[in-house]
Amino acid sequence: MIQASGLRKSYGSTVALDGVDLDVRQGEIFGVLGQSGAGKSTLLRCVNLLERPDQGTVTVAGQEMTALGERELRAARQRIGMIHQHFALLSSRTVAGNVAFPLEVMGVARSERAARVAELLDLVGIADKADAHPGQLSGGQKQRVGIARALAGNPSVLLADEATSALDPGTTASILALLKRLNTELGLTILLITHEMNVVKSVCDSVAIMTGGRIEESGPIRQLLTTPGSRLAAELFPLPAPARGDVTITFTGAAEEPVISQLVRKFDVDVNILGGALEEVAGGSVGRLRVSLDGAESATALTYLRERGLIVEVAA
Amino acid sequence: MTWQEMVPLLGQATWETVLMVVWSTLFTVLFGLPLGVALVGTSRDGLFPSRAANQLLSLIVNIGRSLPFIILMIAVIPFTRLLVGTTIGLYAAIVPLTIGAVPFFARLVEIALRGVSPDVVQAAHAMGVSRLSIVTKVLLPEARAALVAGVTVTVITLVSYSAMAGVIGAGGLGDLAIRYGYQRFETPLMIATCVVIIILVQLAQTLGDAFADRLAKR
Ligand SMILES: Nc1ncnc2c1ncn2[C@@H]1O[C@H](COP(=O)(O)OP(=O)(O)O)[C@@H](O)[C@H]1O
Ligand SMILES: [Mg+2]
Repeated sequence: MIQASGLRKSYGSTVALDGVDLDVRQGEIFGVLGQSGAGKSTLLRCVNLLERPDQGTVTVAGQEMTALGERELRAARQRIGMIHQHFALLSSRTVAGNVAFPLEVMGVARSERAARVAELLDLVGIADKADAHPGQLSGGQKQRVGIARALAGNPSVLLADEATSALDPGTTASILALLKRLNTELGLTILLITHEMNVVKSVCDSVAIMTGGRIEESGPIRQLLTTPGSRLAAELFPLPAPARGDVTITFTGAAEEPVISQLVRKFDVDVNILGGALEEVAGGSVGRLRVSLDGAESATALTYLRERGLIVEVAA
Repeated sequence: MTWQEMVPLLGQATWETVLMVVWSTLFTVLFGLPLGVALVGTSRDGLFPSRAANQLLSLIVNIGRSLPFIILMIAVIPFTRLLVGTTIGLYAAIVPLTIGAVPFFARLVEIALRGVSPDVVQAAHAMGVSRLSIVTKVLLPEARAALVAGVTVTVITLVSYSAMAGVIGAGGLGDLAIRYGYQRFETPLMIATCVVIIILVQLAQTLGDAFADRLAKR
């Protein structure tokens, strides 16, 4: 749905994007995770060409954005929704007026506009605030207005720039739940950028980890977590740095089999558990366990674990 | 001079001042608003960036701002004659008043528009809004409380300019103060003139504030 390749962007001597490739599939929620200054916002702004990349191409819904002239670009943007960290609502308009704004710009007739606005406000659950001014709303309500406004043009893609970073945890959860619902119900493809692992964990299907203008790893979350050496796994399960010979076991799905006790019973090994965690990620549970193995049959024991479908990494 | 003589004089002069200020405010907004928009629009991070245009506009505005009104007023006399056919009277005074106030108001417009959050402008770009529509549907409406405050300050400045225009026979309260207060030593009339000017300024400020407040509260 969104493809970017070879994106580069510099501001003077600051390199914000240093060769970025991105592939967001239709209907997924794709998260770009990175610290402040990593280039996430620049990447997102390059997707709808708010920022023109110095090099590289961007394609959204089959249309090459980087090849469009100003007029065509405006038309293309009307089909790409965007929500913002600080909501970016017009303070001079009511909630309904804000949602009507993109419709006005698209030239939708006044009579149709009112019906569409009501429908959108209903969809995001703030129909009762139609006549309120943004100043009278809470952060979560403002973001709902932002989402309704972004959906006005029936976009197939929604871009979210730190959409929950200005919200408290409870409100963040409700906005993320709304985004997830829109993703499922409308088949909306969402590209969101965030510095919070929590956001990625709770709604994203795929993720790209960004540092210093580059993407370090990217792909479906479950796949990344079961890839040895994954940065995502390391960040999601902050276990202490392993000593030489320590074993890290990653398991997905329910931990049904009592593998550790089987291990001890079947082989001549002692297992010492050093740390571990279980997380709900991308709709399933993923766990990580750090152990040290001692005994004559350690190597065989590890093979046994691998055969059971667990990801086993031994620290060198 | 008795009260009976003073009241009609004051009434007539007040009316002339009000007319002068109202007309020159209208023309000032008419020319100053686009000029202010152009100042912001042509700036480096503006909607229509152009270094050359921005420097030219800025130079014109700065020249207008640096000349004291009393000098500017005299300097534009030939232009006034060309435009109005005369250089005396309240309609002739509207020309220098407008020329004096436009650069001032344009800077106030610039400040007001710069106060609009860049976030909102970026959001409008992301929605595919054209640059012209961003000016008319985003920048100006979002800045309206600050713009009203700018008009208020301009009206008050114009009240004071219009009094100075009394020197070149513009009519109004300034003219009255010069002819009677200064040349004939009618101190009571002089004081009455001052009081009326103060009342006019207070009135403009109060009305302007109330209006700006109402816009800002939304
Ligand atoms: N308009 C700009 N002008 C100059 N530097 C910028 C601009 N936008 C971003 N940068 C720089 O590019 C880098 C990446 O910024 P950004 O994409 O905003 O990162 P993030 O969203 O991950 O915090 C930062 O070093 C930032 O200072
Ligand atoms: Mg950012």
